[in-house]
Amino acid sequence: MTSMIDIYSILPVMIVAGWALLLLVVDLWIPRYRKGITALLAVIGLAIALGFVLASSGSTILGFNQMVVLDGFASFMQVLFLVSGMAAVALAYDYIQRMNINHGEFYVLMMFSIAGMMLMSQAYNLLMVFLALELLSIPLYVLTGFARTQLESEEASLKYFLLGAFASGFVLYGTALIFSATGQLDFVGIAAVVEAGSANSVLFLIGSALLLVGFGFKIAAVPFQMWTPDVYQGAPTPVTAFMSVAVKAAGFAALMRVFLVLFPSLSEHLTPILWVMAALTMIVGNIVALAQNNLKRMLAYSAIAHAGYILMAFVAFGNGEVVRNTVAATLFYLVAYGLTSFGAWSLVVVLEREYGKGILLDDLAGIGKVYPWLGVAMLVFMLSFAGVPLTMGFWGKFYLFRTAVQAGYIGLAIIGLLTSVASAYYYLRVVVYMFMKPGKPELQINPWVSFVIGVAALAVLLLSLMPWTILELASRAVLLLQ
Amino acid sequence: MEFGINPLVLMTFFPLVGVLVLVFLAPQQKNAMRWTALGTSLVTFAISLWVLFLFDPNKADNLLVQLPWFRLAGVPIQILMGVDGLSILMVLLTTFLTPIAILSTWKAVEEQVKGFMIFFLLLEVGMLGVFLALDLVLFYIFWEFTLIPMYFLIGVWGGKNRIYAAVKFFLFTMTGSVLMLLAILYLGLQAGTFSQPELVANRSLFAGAQLVLFLAFAIAFAIKVPVFPLHTWLPDAHVEAPTAGSVILAGVLLKMGAYGFLRFNLPLFPEASIQAAPVMAVLAIIGILYGGAVAFAQKDIKKLVAYSSVAHLGFVMLGIFALNPEGLSGGILQMVNHGISTGALFLLVGMIYERRHTREMSEYGGLWKAMPIYGGISLVVVLSSMGLPGLNGFVGEFTILLGAFGSKVLGSPWFAGIATVGVILAAAYLLKMFEKTFLGPITKEENKSLKDLNLREIVTMAPLLALIFWLGIYPQPFFNLINPAVEKLVQLVQSAAVVLH
Repeated sequence: MTSMIDIYSILPVMIVAGWALLLLVVDLWIPRYRKGITALLAVIGLAIALGFVLASSGSTILGFNQMVVLDGFASFMQVLFLVSGMAAVALAYDYIQRMNINHGEFYVLMMFSIAGMMLMSQAYNLLMVFLALELLSIPLYVLTGFARTQLESEEASLKYFLLGAFASGFVLYGTALIFSATGQLDFVGIAAVVEAGSANSVLFLIGSALLLVGFGFKIAAVPFQMWTPDVYQGAPTPVTAFMSVAVKAAGFAALMRVFLVLFPSLSEHLTPILWVMAALTMIVGNIVALAQNNLKRMLAYSAIAHAGYILMAFVAFGNGEVVRNTVAATLFYLVAYGLTSFGAWSLVVVLEREYGKGILLDDLAGIGKVYPWLGVAMLVFMLSFAGVPLTMGFWGKFYLFRTAVQAGYIGLAIIGLLTSVASAYYYLRVVVYMFMKPGKPELQINPWVSFVIGVAALAVLLLSLMPWTILELASRAVLLLQ
Repeated sequence: MEFGINPLVLMTFFPLVGVLVLVFLAPQQKNAMRWTALGTSLVTFAISLWVLFLFDPNKADNLLVQLPWFRLAGVPIQILMGVDGLSILMVLLTTFLTPIAILSTWKAVEEQVKGFMIFFLLLEVGMLGVFLALDLVLFYIFWEFTLIPMYFLIGVWGGKNRIYAAVKFFLFTMTGSVLMLLAILYLGLQAGTFSQPELVANRSLFAGAQLVLFLAFAIAFAIKVPVFPLHTWLPDAHVEAPTAGSVILAGVLLKMGAYGFLRFNLPLFPEASIQAAPVMAVLAIIGILYGGAVAFAQKDIKKLVAYSSVAHLGFVMLGIFALNPEGLSGGILQMVNHGISTGALFLLVGMIYERRHTREMSEYGGLWKAMPIYGGISLVVVLSSMGLPGLNGFVGEFTILLGAFGSKVLGSPWFAGIATVGVILAAAYLLKMFEKTFLGPITKEENKSLKDLNLREIVTMAPLLALIFWLGIYPQPFFNLINPAVEKLVQLVQSAAVVLH
């Protein structure tokens, strides 16, 4: 019997999904040349959902027979998803017109994907995790190939689909094994069986490893990162920006919830694996990014590297003393990374004239001189990515590294710090090209894109000076983590 | 506290007022920008004199500011700033050299004046913050913050290889400082505070890991000083930087490294400092000899001055790791001396470069005849850099050698003995340079018509010359400022030595 409480627990998800369905129909009556209305309606839908998320934040509810949970962690993540959804719409509005892919379904698909992410952060049953994973992934496969007839886009879509399907398979198989090990699918039940010691430990362990593989694909951790550069390069840039922030965050949401609730007892086995994954992700992401001349690919590898820093703090997931800091640091870092990332991808949107024509660093020459405000904004983003002190990225890394040191993984912290020095090199290259190389760029900056850049830059600056605002929210969100 | 605002905070952040004004000036108002920057830095200097007036050398926590900032995972990060004998001279050196450096850019910087001045003033904020911060996180923020303006000053307004030099400078310093960051995180976790005075008081909490922590801090500072063999970024950065950048780089930024040893390494890890002292002293001496020898081989005047910095900073390091009052106070005074003398040398190189656009010694010769005022000032500066008695360099080097000679920690007079060779080397390369550029007949036609220094340039050099004589003839007031703090530091280290034996 579905009660009001059940509805209430997933109300924002229902709003987003329902609004998307309605929009799909409404869009049929919106003429081709006025798709701006669809974009606006999509943003309104997201904003309403955001209002409900904010209104219901602070409560902790288990709904639908423990299928979903509403807690501070989920609310925090949902705000992140919704805001990045709005930013992606703002970036896409002008972009899809320029690229001649101006179809209303773009916004609808994005809303479906957001609904999937929101559900992902609330899932409290392995089947729900799988359902949410598919709901967020399938629209994204379509969005990646949205510029169809453009080979790059089709190739990216196919790659993403094939590898993503594999990842889903891993998650499903892991779920099946865990079910056979414990006879349960919902988190409460599994945790109880594990607690009682009646789970089949071998199957349980293999199941957990398979889940790790599946989530590893979504967060693009090495060695499951192969798809990232090609997909990020081939997809329409606003979709890429959205993927690099929201999909990654959704992957971490699932990873954290599943691991913290179900697998603390396996930390002895899983921690070494996570250690190696984190180290490899930081090393590969940062080192390969050094060699990139294409801005999109460089940002793709940098996105991999940032996932590595978060994983570094996550290695200690089984350590009860540190785990609160791990989650709070991750939430804070995701916000810092998200703001910075959207800012940086906006620059790509501004620069991109023709689909598939890669943006080389040379194309950045002279921007700092001709467009000083854009240059300063990018400087802020790059410094924040590199983790130069006083930027938000610095506080984020400071917190992550502190957590790693607290948990005793000093070797991993050293790897992280040294690779972040390497990262300073390629972020500085962007600055070098913008400010130190002569050039006469001519850009047309859409007001909505500059709005995104401006808000992101301002937010990074303010939160750099007042990091405690987000820190407090993040640590409060952890207190409510089920 | 007359204005209800702490003079240290006012001084540190006052340059931001100038930055704010500069942002709103139109690109063609170049002179207005220069005057704004100069005016701002002069007011900052005036505030620093006020700080000096309020300063009491016998107190450890002059004008202390302590404001809670925020808590990160339970450990408070504070805005904790104060000034004592170790930092007061560094603060004054910063505020003194900044207006002089700005004055030197009047004709040299014509492109993007606004950006240049903004970065210069931001750099001043960062440097003052480094010398005043007593909270490790705050210190780290200021420390890394100085990188960004300097990176731009070199990278945008520098010479031909500027981008390479700028990036090398940035990456070298950042590599060193991430290890320091790790050490800071560890200290914060162990002791539950980032405040330097509290950490010093609770040293026992992390005494077990002293040596590793010492090393992590030492690498960061040694790169900045620079201590041999971590010095390779310095000649590149110096040669490519614009004159004003070189002045600040040599005058203040290098001192941040030496100051770091004094403020953090010695008081936080005294036992490790004693154990590491002979190694550090050997590296310092290698730096002295190597810097001197390489300087001798240079044909480019600016490179010669750059390598002479490696040698001079070697003396500073030797003084610090003698770990006795003479060595330490000599080291601190030598930091000031080097800032003044080398700063002046870079200014002089800049002045001749503006006229002839070359720094090759072979392009000059007999300049004294064409430019007598320039020649006279150069002679004084060169002699001061060499350490001629009666000028500032002598006082510092002599005190350092005295300290190293009698140092119990180093345990051998040979350290001082070998370092003395460095004094002779300095005389050799500096006199060689002076002879090649100033003496003899004028060999090149272009040099005959060179104009002597104008009033602005003389005004730029005059305060430096005055200090060269003052420090050389009557250094006592300076020692009075330093000594109480140095004695306290030495006591702390010696009490550790007792524990060690």
